[in-house]
Amino acid sequence: MIEVENVHFRYPNGVEALKGVSLVIKNGEFVAIMGQNGAGKTTLVKHFNGLLKPSEGVVRVNGVETTKTSVAALSRNAGFVFQNPDHQLFSETVEEEISFALKNFGFEAETIEKRITWALNLLGLAQYRKTSPFLLSGGERKRVALASVLAWNPETLILDEPTIGQDYQQKEKLRQFIVQMQTQGKTVVIVTHDVEFVAECNPRVLLMKEGAVVADGEGREILTDPEVLVQSSIVLPQIAQIFLKLAPLGLPKNVIDVYEAKEIVLKALEKRRK
Amino acid sequence: MAVIETKNLTYTYPGGTKPSINSVSIKVEKGEFVLITGPSGCGKTTLCRCFNGLIPHFYQGELKGEITVADMDTATHETHAMAKSVGLVFQNPENQLFALSIEKDVAFGLENLGMPREEMRERVDWALKLTDIYDLRERSPHEVSGGQQQRVAIAAVLAMQPEIIVLDEPTSFLDPLSAEKIFEVIHELNKKLGITVVLVEHRLDLTAKYADHIIIMDEGKVCFDGNPREILSTEETRLIGVGIPKATLLYHILQKEGVKLGDVTPLSSEELAKLLQEAFETK
Ligand SMILES: Nc1ncnc2c1ncn2[C@@H]1O[C@H](COP(=O)(O)OP(=O)(O)OP(=O)(O)O)[C@@H](O)[C@H]1O
Ligand SMILES: Nc1ncnc2c1ncn2[C@@H]1O[C@H](COP(=O)(O)OP(=O)(O)OP(=O)(O)O)[C@@H](O)[C@H]1O
Ligand SMILES: [Mg+2]
Ligand SMILES: [Mg+2]
Repeated sequence: MIEVENVHFRYPNGVEALKGVSLVIKNGEFVAIMGQNGAGKTTLVKHFNGLLKPSEGVVRVNGVETTKTSVAALSRNAGFVFQNPDHQLFSETVEEEISFALKNFGFEAETIEKRITWALNLLGLAQYRKTSPFLLSGGERKRVALASVLAWNPETLILDEPTIGQDYQQKEKLRQFIVQMQTQGKTVVIVTHDVEFVAECNPRVLLMKEGAVVADGEGREILTDPEVLVQSSIVLPQIAQIFLKLAPLGLPKNVIDVYEAKEIVLKALEKRRK
Repeated sequence: MAVIETKNLTYTYPGGTKPSINSVSIKVEKGEFVLITGPSGCGKTTLCRCFNGLIPHFYQGELKGEITVADMDTATHETHAMAKSVGLVFQNPENQLFALSIEKDVAFGLENLGMPREEMRERVDWALKLTDIYDLRERSPHEVSGGQQQRVAIAAVLAMQPEIIVLDEPTSFLDPLSAEKIFEVIHELNKKLGITVVLVEHRLDLTAKYADHIIIMDEGKVCFDGNPREILSTEETRLIGVGIPKATLLYHILQKEGVKLGDVTPLSSEELAKLLQEAFETK
């Protein structure tokens, strides 16, 4: 469980990036944090594994204050994938990158081998096992960063912009993986600008603006509310935009899924015909 | 008139076992808005690096075939000579930022062109305002958020007003409303100033509606090249992992169910909403 109580954070140059954030993320939840550029999303999630400590207020992870424990202890519980993979990658081969944390956490050689193979396959990187991460494409580098964290199966996953540079198939694989994590009772927090991805996942959504949380609710409710979204510089997903325009015809407004949209349109047309 | 033309362009990175782009023959006409898409790792960035001469001047390896950009053979023109005609916004904004302040980063290319101070000031301010970072201009580009960095990279290229702008996933770090605004700005520059735009994107939901021309790549090769509406109506594009716009997808699904929505494939929510409204009214 992650508890954030009235947290303020100032960078050394004086910028106040968080201005009194309070929230609770329970174990097993899937949360997407969204909001405009510079709203403080990255700053906030860096508090969840102790990379940053609050200037004021308290962050507790599973009951322990992040100022009273080490980053190493916090990282064992929470895997963190950076917004920019170049801030994370440092090994000479993809394989070494993925095995680094596994070795650190003392997994056995056989398990390490299994986990590496599993992660490489999940992220479509098998052919790059012996390649340097710095000779890969942008999307591939992001997937190496994801692989190196997913491989050790942490209790909590914190992913800053996981879908950047990913094509549709890769995103779909990531979505299925997150669903699987949830069935195992794990906590997943993503920071993302990808409204279509959020529409497909339908998680709990937290909207941020200027260092504060301004909305908190179910994805479907928040992503279909134009007034709430615009203040955080977010656009409705395409299906929601279409249904907003069709509302005067008596169709529901809170639709975000393509297949649900199909059923609703077919039924409504059928009704008209009668 | 073609401003970019390649014939059987094939490139293999140093030490690579297979080409990252393979027999690419494409033509980009002056003033076009071209969208390039395809699965991660298919060679989009590699192709962009050929457009501004980073390949072969910065990346060694083996380049075969022909390429002309703005009437220049990229093999014989140095990259700084190309920079006046072709601006590239890098996929990773951080690789493009190096100055002590955001403002200096945006001015850098103009200084190299030897632009008079007064005019330069105006251009820089114009670009900073277009990308909504005017208030951040005195900050270090390394002390701002990911999206703010990406705006700096875009502003630096827009400030140059080159003949061709190549943007490699330029809004991946931007919030959705800002991404939409930046695409509007780029579309306007394309229409008003006739700047040719080559845009690499995975998120067609945001961009398909601007494109005159779409190129889809897979495993280093061009597999579709032509009109966006026609190409995005084919089943195959979905199979290679291209995320076609949700509005286009819903249109296809409804057509398959026998709903008549006309023959023009919609590329945006506005277009599909209109078709659906008509369908409801005619019943
Ligand atoms: N290293 C830093 N030093 C000083 N200020 C910073 C630093 N990193 C970010 N900031 C500032 O702190 C604020 C919050 O930044 P943060 O990176 O948390 O935003 P974000 O919501 O993640 O934005 P984005 O969507 O662009 O990634 C912004 O005003 C930003 O300019
Ligand atoms: N500097 C490099 N050295 C060697 N191989 C490279 C280098 N850069 C990219 N590659 C390889 O070339 C292929 C094409 O990469 P490229 O970056 O052009 O893909 P992309 O289509 O832009 O992908 P993405 O959507 O993930 O950015 C990939 O297989 C990649 O691993
Ligand atoms: Mg961020
Ligand atoms: Mg790329």
